[in-house]
Amino acid sequence: MNNLKVLLNGIVKENPTFVLLLGMCPTLGTTSSAINGMSMGLATMAVLICSNFVISCIKKLVPDMVRIPSYIVVIASLVTILQMVMQAYVPDLYATLGLFIPLIVVNCIILGRAEAFAAKNGPIPSIFDGIGIGLGFTIALTLLGGVRELLGTGKLFNVTLYSEDYGMLLFVLAPGAFIALGYLIAIVNKLRKA
Amino acid sequence: MEYILIFITAIFVNNVVFSQFLGICPFLGVSKKVDTAMGMGAAVAFVLTLATIVTYIIQKFLLDAFGLEYLQTIAFILVIAALVQLVEIVLKKVSPALYQALGVFLPLITTNCCILGVAILVIQKDYDLFTGVVYAFSTALGFALALILFAGIREQLSLVKVPKGMEGMSIALVTAGLLAMAFMGFSGVDKGLAAVFGLN
Amino acid sequence: MKKLESSLANMVIVLTVISVVAGGILAYVNQITAGPIEKIKAETLNNALRSVLNADEMPQVSSTNSIDEFTTVYVTNMGVAVQAATDGFGGKLKVLVGFTEDGAISGYSVLEHAETPGLGAKAGEWFQKGAKGDIIGKKPAEKALAVSKDGGEVDAITASTITSRAFLQAVNQAYQAYSGTSMDAASSATPKASAQAGCCQEGKCKEGQCQEGKCKEGQCKEGTCRNGACKEGACQQASCKNACQQAEAPITCGSSEACGRAKTTENN
Repeated sequence: MNNLKVLLNGIVKENPTFVLLLGMCPTLGTTSSAINGMSMGLATMAVLICSNFVISCIKKLVPDMVRIPSYIVVIASLVTILQMVMQAYVPDLYATLGLFIPLIVVNCIILGRAEAFAAKNGPIPSIFDGIGIGLGFTIALTLLGGVRELLGTGKLFNVTLYSEDYGMLLFVLAPGAFIALGYLIAIVNKLRKA
Repeated sequence: MEYILIFITAIFVNNVVFSQFLGICPFLGVSKKVDTAMGMGAAVAFVLTLATIVTYIIQKFLLDAFGLEYLQTIAFILVIAALVQLVEIVLKKVSPALYQALGVFLPLITTNCCILGVAILVIQKDYDLFTGVVYAFSTALGFALALILFAGIREQLSLVKVPKGMEGMSIALVTAGLLAMAFMGFSGVDKGLAAVFGLN
Repeated sequence: MKKLESSLANMVIVLTVISVVAGGILAYVNQITAGPIEKIKAETLNNALRSVLNADEMPQVSSTNSIDEFTTVYVTNMGVAVQAATDGFGGKLKVLVGFTEDGAISGYSVLEHAETPGLGAKAGEWFQKGAKGDIIGKKPAEKALAVSKDGGEVDAITASTITSRAFLQAVNQAYQAYSGTSMDAASSATPKASAQAGCCQEGKCKEGQCQEGKCKEGQCKEGTCRNGACKEGACQQASCKNACQQAEAPITCGSSEACGRAKTTENN
């Protein structure tokens, strides 16, 4: 029950994108379509779950003063592993997400959760926290990617819903990322208060 | 001429914030006042240029030389983190005035993804050291420009009445979108310049 | 268990151990994935070759020849394909172009691009067979490909003239490398001098590439046979630049600006 609460907390109450406003670079940079957004979210989630788990396991062994560098090494290793695995088995996806894969290292969400949750809790709740926050991030990215894809190209998950000629190309381009996210946050704010 | 082209392209055409989506966190986080925006911009310019030089040397003489390319991410982020600490300590001793101005921003820079991003991009683009430094410095200037422009707008924005749900980050993002749109007007300028310089 | 103290010895030991363990794990994963990464790269290339050559089965690459850092020629049992790169709108634009035996384009594939999504990024479909800017079956030998705005016959992608130009330039570049390769094959078959002499004198060129009796008129004037596209006076066209960079090419190109670079390298 407690773990479930941790899970939901990440998706709704502390949604990293819409509420905490963390990890904005990949949020804006990789959401040109729903698929891309979702892939980026899942990649981040994989790293987050592993890093949360590893860090909560080694937290007692790490002296406070070298806490941050140790965590960074752990996260960077996990990201590099992810990078190599993606390159080997899903090269197309790796090419699409490009630079943003190594940049998961500096995603504030990951180090933030390591500090705020994994360093204080046991391995099992930490995994759930990773899943929760990761899912929250993935859902947000998929939503943003979906909105941009739909408005920009008339497609959703590559399925054409209306002709591309009526699409607002702006939403696929850089400015559309900012604008779409701005309005999504406004809508989420409204819903949360209601 | 080539350097002028890189300079202008990195600042206006491929602006790091508006077209490459790097360094968004400080862009949104430290842009409420023009003063702080300037401080952050200067700190990023300083660290980014320095970090590019150091990571370049590490890549060429350590990672490439020993076939350890797969340690790139881990090596770069550690170097950047250490460098930021070092800059902080040195500045404190050598120039307290500068430390006063930049000090608060330094710890924030480690997690600024434009530092790691640019360091990796310089290697990916296969620049030589000097070109890489020009690129890094111009990118940082582009970041500072974006940040200061945005801070100026947000200062004004804080004086107007915004619909309730849009307050705070929401309206800021929409504003950033409009700014990005303005910057899109520069696209293609690099091609024209290249033609003028006869580099194409 | 109590948390470790922040003594200097503890800190150094912990950091070292973490780094060594991390380094070791990475080295191990790197070793495991190195094979699949190589394999997938080769597969991607083979798939691209197959599609641009319209081959029914996987082509076997018999030789690869890197002309310069931008251009690579793949000779396969199904035909010749050339990979060429130019500067697109947003960055490097890398294209693989397949050619039929008579020098017509059999297919192309955009391998790498950084064009604007929704605009220039359409290059992957725009120039395919039956699409608006269809270039399949065209012969760059007859007339270097150009967008209609520049006096050519290819329709540019809507609102993406720069991408279209860069794309066609890459295709033209690929063709030059292709015709150069065919010539190499010809000259290795016959002694080089006689190949040169017999090859491309005016009036002797009739069809196809630059072997005896195979040249199209106008394509190959004296001394230019190594690079079919490098006609007299044609050098100013961007498409010709790459050809001129090769040592043999600039004989007829010397006068124009485009070949200045090639000349200096020669002098060096």
